[in-house]
Amino acid sequence: MFRESVRISWSNIINNKMRSFLTILGIVIGVGSIIALITIVQGATDQVTSQVASFGADKITVSTFGTPLKRGLLDRDIKKLTQIENVAGVSPTISKKDSVVFAKRVRENVSIQGKNEVYFDKTRDLMENGRPLNILDIESKNKVCLIGANVSNDLFWGINPIGRELRIGGIKYKIVGTLKESFGFTISSNNDAVIIPYTTAMSFLGTRYISSVEIFMADSKQSETITTSIKSVLNEAFNYKDDSFTIFNMQDILTTILSMTAMLSLMLGGIASISLVVGGIGIMNMMLVSVTERTSEIGLRKALGAEPRRIQQQFLIEAVVLSVFGGAMGLFLGVTLAFAVCNLIGVNFSLAISTVLLALGFSAAIGIIFGFAPARKASRLNPIDALRSV
Amino acid sequence: MSHQILNMTDIVKCYYLGGEEQKVLDDVCFSVNSGEFVSILGPSGSGKTTLMNIIGCLDVPTSGSYILSGNTVEDQDEGELARIRNREIGFVFQQFQLLPRLNALQNVELPLIYSGVGERERKKRAAEMLNKVGLSDKFYNKPNQLSGGQQQRVAIARAMVTQPTILLADEPTGALDQTTGKQIMTLFRELNAEGRTIIMITHDPEIAKNATRVVQILDGRLSEGGV
Repeated sequence: MFRESVRISWSNIINNKMRSFLTILGIVIGVGSIIALITIVQGATDQVTSQVASFGADKITVSTFGTPLKRGLLDRDIKKLTQIENVAGVSPTISKKDSVVFAKRVRENVSIQGKNEVYFDKTRDLMENGRPLNILDIESKNKVCLIGANVSNDLFWGINPIGRELRIGGIKYKIVGTLKESFGFTISSNNDAVIIPYTTAMSFLGTRYISSVEIFMADSKQSETITTSIKSVLNEAFNYKDDSFTIFNMQDILTTILSMTAMLSLMLGGIASISLVVGGIGIMNMMLVSVTERTSEIGLRKALGAEPRRIQQQFLIEAVVLSVFGGAMGLFLGVTLAFAVCNLIGVNFSLAISTVLLALGFSAAIGIIFGFAPARKASRLNPIDALRSV
Repeated sequence: MSHQILNMTDIVKCYYLGGEEQKVLDDVCFSVNSGEFVSILGPSGSGKTTLMNIIGCLDVPTSGSYILSGNTVEDQDEGELARIRNREIGFVFQQFQLLPRLNALQNVELPLIYSGVGERERKKRAAEMLNKVGLSDKFYNKPNQLSGGQQQRVAIARAMVTQPTILLADEPTGALDQTTGKQIMTLFRELNAEGRTIIMITHDPEIAKNATRVVQILDGRLSEGGV
């Protein structure tokens, strides 16, 4: 019975190719644009998310401005931060711009950064050659350093820098490793940096205070409680002075980005779904015309024993077949468009099965909603009047 | 051995036109035994089409009782009426009423779809019926590829395919030339000879004579007897 209805519907659609095509165009455009928008926005979101995550989603960054008396954090404050529950490690940074010298070559305005072994443990894709800083370097304030790609290329062109000595502020540091070159836009580019143990930096760079700290979470779901604990440690350290520090949580940024893009997809999807509604009205219109055109057919079918329910079912199925067919075409159109755009703007293209189901489900729903009134009209036709209208 | 399959008592059908009540059928009493070939003869406007609609369960009377094969027709809902039509009545219309997009075989299959017969069985029974009306070589012709007489034969095959209690024909020769009309009447008589009950509505006394019994309808009143 169902198969029969689908077959009848299909033959009616085929018999009115042009009209059917124009009717479902609204659905095609609606579904197509929804699919394209969702897929493109999703691709872009994934891209941004993974980029942000690569900065460290499990990382909370604290920048301090300090007070006139205490311009940054001290070692004991770092220890307190380390003791917070669910904190996997704390990486302080002391930074200063200075020139570095190797042989007769000078590179100016290099970012000298005092860091610890935690930084090397927790940051991916950092090392190019040699070894990272270790706990011994920190504890014994070793005069060792790692150099960024630009520094290495500038000062050590054609020479293996490892084992050489670099002068910073008149003091010799032994190069133990080189850092991988980072490409593109990243906040934490080390290309122009020289990294030394932060304890060494405290003694020899002339800045006793730690200006920024990266706190690595063992469990990023606990970021809120961890942040609260960090705040209380910092407030204590800076004597509850206002504006003495800022806390920058990647997780929060990520959440913000995700909620923004979710909002964006929702908004764009909402706009696109207007055309779905318009398409639905088109289907309703065609179905009403079809009911009128086929009045005598309906009458005959009724005379031959078709119950009103069957007639209604047939027209409903016809509307659904029409709209789902439009949905499938829209899906194809949307996927093609999304694929093209994703390639064009360099975003990963991935089609979620849920998107496909959403598109088809949505178009079927449109068919049912907008097919209902015409189908009901058809089912209520009086067979006598219907037969007479030949 | 013949028994009553249709019994109408005091059937009244009124229409309201512009607030005025118009009695189209006035206390019609009518019964048909199985195996009969009855003509209902009447000029246009006599109420014969209304009577046919009521006999065919396309319409229900305003008052009176109508029993068709044990079904009390007047108090059924639309769905039930549709099932009764499907089971008990085979319609033959003046304008054939074939669906133009379907071929002869598919047209004959139609009522079987609504009685829920499976596809293979449907095809088989439709083919048998087309053979019976002498169209064994026209299975796959669309109605517009058939002559009027052939189209009416397809329609008769369609009416017969469910093995209905009554074959109900409304001016079956009205759209045909005389020769073809005669052929159709011959077919009707053959079907009747096989035991099929036929009720035929016509305005043409000559056509009505083909039946074994003729009733006349005039101004909504039925009277037995020939021309």
